[in-house]
Amino acid sequence: MSVIETNKLCKTFEGVVPVKAVDNVDLKIENDEFTAIVGPSGSGKTTLLNIIGGLDRPTSGSVKVNDIELNNLSDNELIKFRLKHIGFVFQSYNLIPVLTARENTEFVMLLQNTTVEERNERVDALLKEVGLEDKVNSRPLELSGGQQQRVAVARALASKPDFVLADEPTANLDSKSAENLLDIMLRLNKEEGITFVFSTHDQRVIDRARRVITLEDGKIISDITQNEN
Amino acid sequence: MLLKLAWRNIWRNKSRTIITLAAVSVAVILSVLMMSAKNGVYENMIKSLIGDYTGFAQVHSNGYWDDKTIDNSLAFNDSILSQIESSKLIEGYSPRIENFALVVAENMTKGAMVIGADPEKEKRYNSLNERVIKGKYLSEDDKQVMVGAGLAEYLKVTIDDTLVLLSQGYHGSSAAGKYAIKGIIKFGSPELSKQLIFLPIKEAQLFYGVENRYTNIILHLDNTDDAKLVTEQLRPKLGKNHEVMDWEELAPDLKNMIATDKVEGYIFMFILYMVISFGLFGTMLMMLSERKHEFGVLIAIGMKRLKLAIMVWLELVIISILGAIAGCILAFPICAYFYYNPIYFSEDMADIYEDFGIEAMIQFSLDPNIFIQQGVIILIISIGIGLFPFIKTQKLDAIKQMRA
Repeated sequence: MSVIETNKLCKTFEGVVPVKAVDNVDLKIENDEFTAIVGPSGSGKTTLLNIIGGLDRPTSGSVKVNDIELNNLSDNELIKFRLKHIGFVFQSYNLIPVLTARENTEFVMLLQNTTVEERNERVDALLKEVGLEDKVNSRPLELSGGQQQRVAVARALASKPDFVLADEPTANLDSKSAENLLDIMLRLNKEEGITFVFSTHDQRVIDRARRVITLEDGKIISDITQNEN
Repeated sequence: MLLKLAWRNIWRNKSRTIITLAAVSVAVILSVLMMSAKNGVYENMIKSLIGDYTGFAQVHSNGYWDDKTIDNSLAFNDSILSQIESSKLIEGYSPRIENFALVVAENMTKGAMVIGADPEKEKRYNSLNERVIKGKYLSEDDKQVMVGAGLAEYLKVTIDDTLVLLSQGYHGSSAAGKYAIKGIIKFGSPELSKQLIFLPIKEAQLFYGVENRYTNIILHLDNTDDAKLVTEQLRPKLGKNHEVMDWEELAPDLKNMIATDKVEGYIFMFILYMVISFGLFGTMLMMLSERKHEFGVLIAIGMKRLKLAIMVWLELVIISILGAIAGCILAFPICAYFYYNPIYFSEDMADIYEDFGIEAMIQFSLDPNIFIQQGVIILIISIGIGLFPFIKTQKLDAIKQMRA
């Protein structure tokens, strides 16, 4: 069974000139995939990711996550759904500025009403996993961009999601930080079987993805499985 | 979690938080000072007119209050006494005989209220002895009088001078007597000082020809706020032949005057708090507007809109309550200073106050309710304004907010 499945997915932004951001996209993403959605700016990568993540609704077509049709969920049900099933990593990290790295990671688990013991255990493990065990009490402003993005990855994984959606995760990072982040995400994918789907036009990410889906004008123009570099 | 987030969030923009806190504090200080001064004046009025003279509750024979004559006096018996003594709210009682009389001095005459009172009980419950400014306080068997300072001044009399009292006694008999002045007394209310003469109660009974009868039984209460409750409890017990009245019934003009003045205060407070409400609302709008992106992210990662609204609401409530507490703390020493050092008015202003029968001073009140009231008002305002984020967050679109 696919983790994500879209069927004739379309999204049109109304305006003086309507823009078709996603055009008839049929897509299946299986468990354990490490998939990059690539394409030039305005090709519809982020819109597709937003629809898959239940943040936006399609104009037509369907999107299923673990066989649940997202179109049938109300706004509040979608919030609950995202909390339980999807982890998000954003281009500009989007950590809560008043919380420490530990508290940011713990935040979604608090929203899930996880027990203190489980929270402590998982947060410690995740921050160690992303190499920030010595920065647990630092607030976002005290961390570098790369460190903030690693906290964001830890936060995305804290809720034990079915998959992680990452929108241009390396766009704001220098080469070293980007490589470091990619190493972490690939390791988590291989060792823990976490599914990653990210939009990017960063060649470093594209080179290391196992599947590369290319969008142009909202349409999939290629879908390639490649060997890991 | 929400409380921790709210607390940290309010210190993200320190200047804005401090300005909002200062605005709330200043409003609370002004409001507390105004209420404290006004309540102090009311307390002084009540103390001067009620505490020193009428008492907070009285028992009479039915119909006495509408027709205050000796003929409507009350035959005091064990039944009345046992009912009064059975109430735990009543500390004690003092009987009085009150009637108007014509007072004649050497060259002057004036109508005055002659009060037959039990010197020991008046001393115990009213501290009447402390009001003697010249001469001595009465004792039970004296055949002398104490005269109000204003009346003594008018009649141009002093200690050991003689006054002749002429009045009507029980059942149409004439009442006449000649009494030496033992003491001069001064009340908080200048009006009372101008018209009261005190006689020991035994002598008053002889003067008016009313053996074992009184016109008023003054009830002394442990807590003056219980006056209404005491009268309501005692009324059915004493039956239709007696009337039991609290101070608001005994002095309706004073009650109405305070009520009218309070309305004026409430209008001022309303304006003050409206200004603060707009200030808080502005802060709330800023909070919502500059953190749109963050709210979008929070909703995206799974925070329910209700929790988000509660978080923003808590931020406003915390700022408001901190402001209210700071305001109360800053206002307290000012109120305390003017409680222990009342403001006395100069002559012109003093005359106006004395025309109302009130001592010409403002002594601030330290009633805790004044401070609690401000906290409650601020809380209500912040709860009201806090409804706005609940409405606003229901319409938040995570994608749009994250693009903001």
